[in-house]
Amino acid sequence: MKIFVPMDSAAKALGAEEVVAALRAAAPEAQIIRTGTRGMIWLEPLVEVEIDGVRHGYGPASPEDVADILNGTSPKALGPVEALDWMARQTRLTFARVGVIDPLDLADYEAHGGLVGLRRALEMAPEEIVAEVTTSGLRGRGGAGFPTGIKWKTVQEAKAPQKYIVCNADEGDSGTFADRMIMEGDPFTLIEGMVIAGLSVGATRGYVYLRSEYPDAIAVMRRAVEIARRAGVLGKDVLGSGRAFEMEIRVGAGAYVCGEETSLLNSLEGKRGVVRAKPPLPALEGFLGRPTVVNNVISLATVPVIFEKGAQHYADFGLGRSRGTVTLQIAGNVARGGLFETAFGITLGEVVHDLAGGTATGHPVKAVQVGGPLGAYIPVSGFNAPLGYEELDAHGGLLGHAGLVVFDENADMLSMARFAMEFCAVESCGKCTPCRIGAVRGVETIDRIRQGDGEAVPLLRDLCVTMKDGSLCALGGLTPLPVESVLDHFADEFLPRREAAE
Amino acid sequence: MSSPTPATEDIQTILAEHLHLEGPLLPILHALQEAFGHIPKAAHPLITDALNISRAELHGVISFYHDFRDKPAGRHVLKICRAEACQSMGGTVLAEATLAKLGVAWHGTTPNGAVTVEPVYCLGLCACAPAAMLDDRVLGRVDEERMGKLLAEAGA
Repeated sequence: MKIFVPMDSAAKALGAEEVVAALRAAAPEAQIIRTGTRGMIWLEPLVEVEIDGVRHGYGPASPEDVADILNGTSPKALGPVEALDWMARQTRLTFARVGVIDPLDLADYEAHGGLVGLRRALEMAPEEIVAEVTTSGLRGRGGAGFPTGIKWKTVQEAKAPQKYIVCNADEGDSGTFADRMIMEGDPFTLIEGMVIAGLSVGATRGYVYLRSEYPDAIAVMRRAVEIARRAGVLGKDVLGSGRAFEMEIRVGAGAYVCGEETSLLNSLEGKRGVVRAKPPLPALEGFLGRPTVVNNVISLATVPVIFEKGAQHYADFGLGRSRGTVTLQIAGNVARGGLFETAFGITLGEVVHDLAGGTATGHPVKAVQVGGPLGAYIPVSGFNAPLGYEELDAHGGLLGHAGLVVFDENADMLSMARFAMEFCAVESCGKCTPCRIGAVRGVETIDRIRQGDGEAVPLLRDLCVTMKDGSLCALGGLTPLPVESVLDHFADEFLPRREAAE
Repeated sequence: MSSPTPATEDIQTILAEHLHLEGPLLPILHALQEAFGHIPKAAHPLITDALNISRAELHGVISFYHDFRDKPAGRHVLKICRAEACQSMGGTVLAEATLAKLGVAWHGTTPNGAVTVEPVYCLGLCACAPAAMLDDRVLGRVDEERMGKLLAEAGA
């Protein structure tokens, strides 16, 4: 008997270890395989039992359910997992293996299409590799949406004795967990993507800068790197090609701003994670002053499937200039939260009402914050917005890392605006005055508004403009976005009608 | 989290293990904290000598990052997420109730030294909020009852 139980930290946080212990006790002969999560977090811990070669799901499972699951009478039976509406409606390219395979079994990885992309890339000239990435239309999934192919081309054309691939795994945005999920559920795909990046730009060393808040992801990635090294996927002679690529996992130290690429590079060098002015671009003067590709986890983890299936296959999905798939992370106050990978273009309303099934509390939805702490709060009236980089921009939003946090009608929007400023004050690296001081003044100004001082509103708006114009990076530059969205859409909550109308 | 008196040889051993790295300072600080529960003052001159950096630079780095401590924490560290997704599910109320129950402020340690409570901004458990982490153990959909049990386990 084959039983699959996730070892993803969301599943663990909901009791997966207790369920596994109960399964081992009740069925010592069963083969229990630990996987990543399918992404249906409301069903975790999701136990899957293989019946006639088809995996049947049971969830959310508790130790008390184990006996019934094993004898086939469990009321928590969901049927074949792949046929569940949530799974069947997705286009899983980047996350194809997550929840399916044992994350640390390289043979299992290869049996599911792993290393096909790398083998193909090893046959290609560096320019061809970059051209393939450009054709795929892949853009940075960390938030900024910069075309990955152009970044790689810049590093490729730079002349230097040493170049680097740095993976930004400092996923600090609330509402986002795609990076964590793929590192815990399919770490080899990130490693493979980094090797391909290295081949294309001529980099022989790579680093994953992984946040310390993810101890499980750190452990899985470190073991995966060791396994890949022993199997010759990493090392002096990648898969017998004579080409070298070596990599290391580095752990962050709790600073949100280190998700900004130049802060990250400083941190990796052992300095304070203070933002650097650009230019010079990291592509030309990055880690230790050398040309460096800095890409987000999902961007790099998507590279293998582009090479496995072909760039055009990937580019055929999507909307406008947003090609391929977006890994939506549906979070906060939702009945069904989790990860949903689909072509760009799905609307916000479809995600919130249809996929997520409304709120967990059952109260009406008030707002969705899209793109993390620096993203706008979009009211229900904006739910017709399709999810794409430019499309959301037109609605005053920001797709960011594609995390969506849903709030019900009880949310106090002025408090959310205050929190945005407070968070910026805590996490500012201190380099730019409008961010370092402005965030503190922002909290004070919002407190004045809370006390009914309507005259503080224009002051707050003015402060937002100063922060946007006067900050080097997205922390100071985008913190105003959630604040302004609250002023724009929810002012009648906290202002007398007269001021709200201005 | 143990905090033996750091011996110079032990610190030197940790330094030696990391000096070959590119950008060794953060790995060194993590390793020291792992070994001693904090970054011991005694390590400062050894680090600055080994890396040829100034005391100011070292202080700047240690104080920049939330993770590094200059004195040991309690026997357990409880991190409660304060970020938006957890707030949408009552995280603020949970955090305030927990702090009140323990009679500590953020970053405070219970008088018996059992638990230090710290804020954290996102554990990536946003679809099962509110979230917390006790040492390296992740916890989702935490309510006051579950928190009470955890704190009892931790001896708070």
